[in-house]
Amino acid sequence: MVGRYVFRSMTSPVEVGAQELPGASGINIGLEGRSRGDLVFRWMLTAAAVSIPVLLGFLVFELWSGSRLAMERYGFGFVTGSTWDPVAEVFGALPLIFGTLLTSFLALLIAVPLSLGVAIYLTEFASPRLRRPISFLIELLAAIPSVVYGLWGIFFLIPFLRSTVFPFLQGALGFLPFFQGVIYGQSVLAASIILAIMVMPYIMSVSREVLQTVPASQREAALALGATRWEAAWTAVVPYARSGIIGAVILGLGRALGETMAVTMLIGNRHELSASLFAPGYSMAAVIANEFAEAATNIHLSALTYVAFTLFVVTVLVNAAARLLIWRVSRRSGRGGGAGQ
Amino acid sequence: MNRRDFRRFKSGIMVALMVGAVVVAVLPLLLILGTLVAKGASSLNLAFFTRTPVPAGESGGGVVHAIVGTLMIVGMAGLIGLPLGIGAGIYSAEYPGSRLTSITRFVADVMNGTPSIVVGVFAWTWIVANQGHFSGAAGSVALALIMIPMVMRTTEEIINLVPHSLREAALALGYPRWRTSLTVVVRTCLPGIVTGSLLAVARVAGETAPLLFTALGSQFMGLDLNRPMAALPLTVYTYATGPYEEWHRLAWATALVLILVVLILSVAARIATRERFE
Repeated sequence: MVGRYVFRSMTSPVEVGAQELPGASGINIGLEGRSRGDLVFRWMLTAAAVSIPVLLGFLVFELWSGSRLAMERYGFGFVTGSTWDPVAEVFGALPLIFGTLLTSFLALLIAVPLSLGVAIYLTEFASPRLRRPISFLIELLAAIPSVVYGLWGIFFLIPFLRSTVFPFLQGALGFLPFFQGVIYGQSVLAASIILAIMVMPYIMSVSREVLQTVPASQREAALALGATRWEAAWTAVVPYARSGIIGAVILGLGRALGETMAVTMLIGNRHELSASLFAPGYSMAAVIANEFAEAATNIHLSALTYVAFTLFVVTVLVNAAARLLIWRVSRRSGRGGGAGQ
Repeated sequence: MNRRDFRRFKSGIMVALMVGAVVVAVLPLLLILGTLVAKGASSLNLAFFTRTPVPAGESGGGVVHAIVGTLMIVGMAGLIGLPLGIGAGIYSAEYPGSRLTSITRFVADVMNGTPSIVVGVFAWTWIVANQGHFSGAAGSVALALIMIPMVMRTTEEIINLVPHSLREAALALGYPRWRTSLTVVVRTCLPGIVTGSLLAVARVAGETAPLLFTALGSQFMGLDLNRPMAALPLTVYTYATGPYEEWHRLAWATALVLILVVLILSVAARIATRERFE
C-alpha cells in the first residue's frame, strides 16, 4: 500500500510537468535525484492543503456533537419556542432568530442603496483621481475591528440616535407599529444601523469589481442611442451585472448574520419579540457571546452550541449562493473570480 | 419642461444622489476616527503603556497586560496559521488541476464566510472543554483558524499572477519542481505573500468574538499561553460595557491603540501591494 503510493507520487512530477509543458514529458534527466525533493515538497504542501477540509470537517462534527443534547431534547420546538430560561432549562430560539434576521434585513435596507450608489458613481462617473482615495477610505471601514464599532456605537451613535433621529422618526412615522413605544437607546434599530455601516464596504467593493467587468461596449451602445450617462449606467451597465450585484448583497447578508460584537453591544440583549424597532432585542451571535463563558449546565452549553450550529449552516448556505452568483458574472465576462475579499 | 430636459434633469438628480451616498458612506469613518482620537488620545501616557490595571473604581493604570497578551496570542496564531495557509495556497496555485485543490478552495471560501463567534465555539469544544480551563493558546488556535483560509486565498491569487514563462524557464534549465516553486515562483511574489499575511494578522488582531471563551481575558500580566490571557479587543469590550467612567476612558484609549495597530498594518500592506501589482 505504502509502496504503491510512493510509486505514484514519484511519477507525478513528470505527469504534472507534462500537463503544463507540452512535449516536456520526455525530459527525465536525474529523475531519482530530483524526485526526492519534489516528493517531500509535494507532501508538505499536500498536508497543508488537506488540513483545511479536515479542520472544517472537524468543526462541523464538533458543533454537531456539541448540540446533539439540545437537538434531541427540544427538536424542532427549539426554533419555534420563544422562552429562553437557562434556570428552568427551557430554550426557545425564536426571538434570537427573529432578531438576527430583522437586524440583517434592516442593515441591508440601509446599506444596499448607499453602497450601490457609491459603486455606480465610482465606476461610471468619478474621475480616476477621485476613484482611488474614495474606495480606499470606504474599504478602510472594513478594517475597523467590530468591538471598536461597538464602543463608538454605545458612546457616540446611541446618544445621537436617541436624542435626534429616533424622536424624529417617531414623530414622522409614529403611525406605523415599528416606530411606536418607548424609545430605548440600545435597540434593534441602533444595531441595524451599525451593521449597515459595517457591511457597506463589502457590498460596495464587490459590486464595484462586478461593475468593472461589464464590457465598455454595453455603455457605449446606450450612449450612442442617446441615453444620458445615468440612463446608460442604470439601463445598460447595472442589468448586465445584476446577478453579480445580487451576489454582493448576499455576501453582505452573510457578514451581517454572523456579526457579533457590535450587535451584542448595541442590541440591548433582551429575549423578547417586539414589533417596535426602538425596543431592545437579541441575536443568535449575541446570545453566544454573552452566555457561553458563563453557561453552567450541559444543556445550556448544548443549546448555545445548537444556536452556533444553526448560524453556521445558515451562513454557509448564504455564502454559497453569493459565490455562485458572483462567479456566474465573472465567468461570462471572461475574467477570473477573485471577487469577495 | 420637455422630455429631453426632463431626462437630463433626472440624470443630474441621480448623480447628485450618488455623490450624497459617497459623502454618507465616508462620514462614519471620519466620525469614528475623530471620536477615537478626541476621546482616547489624552489618555495615552507612559503609565498607560507600562502599568497593569488598578482595582475597579480607582483611577490610573494601564493596559500593558493586554498589549503583551495580544502580541503573544496573535503571534502564536501566526505561527500556526501562516505556514498552513501559505502552504495550502502554494499547493492550489502549483497543482491547479488536482481534485484536492478544488475541494480546498471551496472549503476555504466556506470558512472565510463563517462567523468568527462560531469558530470560537469550535475552539472551546475542541480545546477548552478538553483541557478543562481557558487559555491564551486556545485563543491562538481560534484566530489561526480564521487566518488559514484568508492567507490561502491571497497566496493563491498572488502566485497565479506569476507569468507561466518564468516557471517554464526554470524547469527548462533543469531545476527540479520544488526549487522552481520555492526559489523562482514564491520568491517572485514573496512581497505579495507577506502583504496577504500582514492583512490576515491585522484582521485577527482586532477579533474579539473568538477570544471571549478561549483566552477569556485577565487583569494580570502573564506570559503563560496555557492560562487565561488578556487581549486588546477583549479589554475594549470589558471596559466599554462596564459601569465606571474610568473604564470608559480606558476603553477609548485602548481602542485607539488597537485601531492604530490594525490600520497601520493594513494600510502598509495595501500600499506595498499597490506599488508592485498595479
